[in-house]
Amino acid sequence: MKIENAKKLSLPTDAAHIMNLRQNDVVLLNGTLYTARDQAHKRMAAAIKDGKELPFPLKNAAIYYCGPTPTVEGAIIGSCGPTTSTRMDSYTPLLIEHGLNVMIGKGVRSDAVTQAIKEHGAVYFSAIGGAAALYRSTVKACELIAYPDLGCEAVYKLTVEDFPAVVTIV
Amino acid sequence: MFDCKVCYNMIMKQIDAAVVQKELVKLITGCLTTPDKAVTLALKHIVSDSSLERTAAALIVENNEIAESKRMYCCQDTGQALFFVTIGDEVCCKGLNSAINAAVENAYKNARKSVADPLTRKNTGDNTPAIIEYTLTHGDGLEITYLAKGAGSENMSRLYMLTPADGENGIIDSVVDAVVRGGKNACPPLVVGVGIGGVTETACMLSKRALLRPVGVNSERADVAALEKEILNRINALGIGVAALGGSLTALAVNIETAPTHIGMLPVAVNLQCHSLRHGSVKF
Repeated sequence: MKIENAKKLSLPTDAAHIMNLRQNDVVLLNGTLYTARDQAHKRMAAAIKDGKELPFPLKNAAIYYCGPTPTVEGAIIGSCGPTTSTRMDSYTPLLIEHGLNVMIGKGVRSDAVTQAIKEHGAVYFSAIGGAAALYRSTVKACELIAYPDLGCEAVYKLTVEDFPAVVTIV
Repeated sequence: MFDCKVCYNMIMKQIDAAVVQKELVKLITGCLTTPDKAVTLALKHIVSDSSLERTAAALIVENNEIAESKRMYCCQDTGQALFFVTIGDEVCCKGLNSAINAAVENAYKNARKSVADPLTRKNTGDNTPAIIEYTLTHGDGLEITYLAKGAGSENMSRLYMLTPADGENGIIDSVVDAVVRGGKNACPPLVVGVGIGGVTETACMLSKRALLRPVGVNSERADVAALEKEILNRINALGIGVAALGGSLTALAVNIETAPTHIGMLPVAVNLQCHSLRHGSVKF
């Protein structure tokens, strides 16, 4: 579907581009997203604390809170809508301090996350919860890059085209 | 001579568990690609002052159409598999429990495995065990209802142990409180299941069963129906809206089920259901 008045944003992005975004802007995202949810966050936060290498560089990275359904033969990815962001709140300020600047999920964020987003010039986008088949059609490439033992909770590098999201905290 | 087995076979209707398993695989697979059509229809005909809410509704409608036409999962959270089994006392279905779990294992091969040990978080690998609630009834019928329940909405569900003095106002405030606290995370527009009465688990089970009632059908009890309408109005005045982006359509329905309770109690369970309402029944 064509969304009227939608802005476009290329990922990875930086504070200068994020500054132009306003709450409730509908934005079509293009570029690289990394999926990570509960267990991947737990491992990444532990890696930072232990000074170990992360599965992808956090500087200006975009994380999509998502655990897709399995990829069937011939497909790029399975259905891949957003999961509830709140569950990642306890790990998020640490990740933002280490460079993460775009988060995409659904639902509310804690005061600590909101503060970290504002302090570091990051942005939190809401994706439409439950629109997993629609989001699947925006994914043009998908590569498993870390924690394969976590199944759907592994980290995948996605290339998306016109992925619709709404600026929620900036 | 009295042969128990012969006698048993004469009075009990035999249902082949293999047939049940096969039908359940079909049911689950269909439900996971096709959410309740009443929800899609309501979103298609949404009346809202907010262009953002209308956009969100249109995206969900588009999603549901893609999912159904291309046989894709409408939501990546294909849920824990819940079953409500109503079985007559003149029916024998040997191995029914195993057949239900085998159906889940089979039907979820391409779906997401979302079930893990609560402490180690180790995934069970096949989306089992199914969560099965049995109700024994009279006769020779067997009906199985399936509901896929995702974490986003289930996590936002609550139990309130009120006192009789809290009464109707306490019930209304509790249900609204649950939506205020969790509605934004539960993928609105919601179906709000409310279980009132019994003991703790009765209320919780009723709140879950309430989700199975067709959207738009109020309780047969006039006083309960009035309560449902009042709570729905209160919820839709909260301004949460479709996809929690602000707006007027926060809930599509409030469904209340009741059971007699202790003279000293008023349990109220609230189960939030996301718009991706995936359920269906099969009779044998």
